Amino acid sequence: MTNLEFTPLVFGISAVAGCLGALTGLGGGVVVTPALTLLLGVDIRYAIGASLVSVIATSSGAASAYVREGYSNIRIGMFLEIATTLGALLGAFLATRTPTAILSVIFGLVLLHAAWQSSRGRPRDEKSKQPDALARRLKLDGSYPSAEGSCAYQVGRVKTGFSVMFGAGALSGLLGIGSGALKVIAMDQAMGVPFKVSTTTSNFMIGVTAAASAGIYLNRGYIEPGLAMPVMLGVLAGSILGARQLIAAKVTVLRWTFAGVVGVMAVEMIVSGLKGKL
Amino acid sequence: MTVRGNQWNDQRLEVIISVLLRTGVLTAAAVVLLGGICFLSRRGHEQPEYHVFHGAPQIYRSVAGVIHAAGPSNCQAVIQLGLLLLILTPVARVAFSLAGFALERDGTYVALTFIVLAILIYSLAGPH
Repeated sequence: MTNLEFTPLVFGISAVAGCLGALTGLGGGVVVTPALTLLLGVDIRYAIGASLVSVIATSSGAASAYVREGYSNIRIGMFLEIATTLGALLGAFLATRTPTAILSVIFGLVLLHAAWQSSRGRPRDEKSKQPDALARRLKLDGSYPSAEGSCAYQVGRVKTGFSVMFGAGALSGLLGIGSGALKVIAMDQAMGVPFKVSTTTSNFMIGVTAAASAGIYLNRGYIEPGLAMPVMLGVLAGSILGARQLIAAKVTVLRWTFAGVVGVMAVEMIVSGLKGKL
Repeated sequence: MTVRGNQWNDQRLEVIISVLLRTGVLTAAAVVLLGGICFLSRRGHEQPEYHVFHGAPQIYRSVAGVIHAAGPSNCQAVIQLGLLLLILTPVARVAFSLAGFALERDGTYVALTFIVLAILIYSLAGPH
């Protein structure tokens, strides 16, 4: 296959991944890497590098809209980014030392979680938590716009949230994904941040987290221009399209389809890893 | 236009961050696309070899190397330059937040933001 054939193919696959990622809210990165490795036989390290770059593009693009609407809490984001960027550095260093077979198995397990989460749908809003002294000192409490006007919320269990965020950053750096799901869990489940604020703030943080591992990826030669070009442009185009279709799409059917596709990919990644094929 | 200290607040910071992020992503995408078209027109008939990991060539692995190599004679370096612009977009966002928190006279957040910026610069400065 020549570049003239390979590039449009990668662009197409990435656009579908970006579109599905935007529609389901799970991000395109998590699907791009298995698609490139399983369908096209790309080495997982090149795939991870290209995927990480595309993650920065989609998260920054989406964050641009959410920040303006006033949902994101930039103070929570800024504070927790200390945890995610440190985690991302650790993850990226680990990625360069971990055998690709093991990376493949870990990736499969993360996909299994994504499939399960996709089939389950959006969790309900969390009840308010115990006031937290650290949250008050860091001015993390905030408010967001809703149908009934500005809605205030309090943040709790800051230390737990910070620890989970470190893990989310490490996973992001290790696998070249946004790990938005884990970031949302840290804010929504641990800290009691409203779901809408959690998802938009997570999106806001993904770009910075990914940038922290991108430097190391670049330095190790994981970011190959010929491959990263169609992946980045494809995922970005797909996610813009997906975000526009969000209202029209049949979310339930889509969630189950996505869960099915991701589930199959998960098993394939684990099997390939165990067989030592990747 | 003069900006007085009390005009700075989180809402204003959010609007500027929003514009900054969008501009960064669109500029990066445009540069990557330009480099991509150039790359396909010159090396479209070559076979890609991504199934075996060799690592991208050394000049594409550092900020200085990419800036030095990017130009009409090296299309892949132009793509890489676009990707670097993309990576630098969140970094610029953090740098801008640092200035914003300083104008809000919020010492705690100036310190917190500085830590994040330092981590990002450490990662990009390499070599690792």
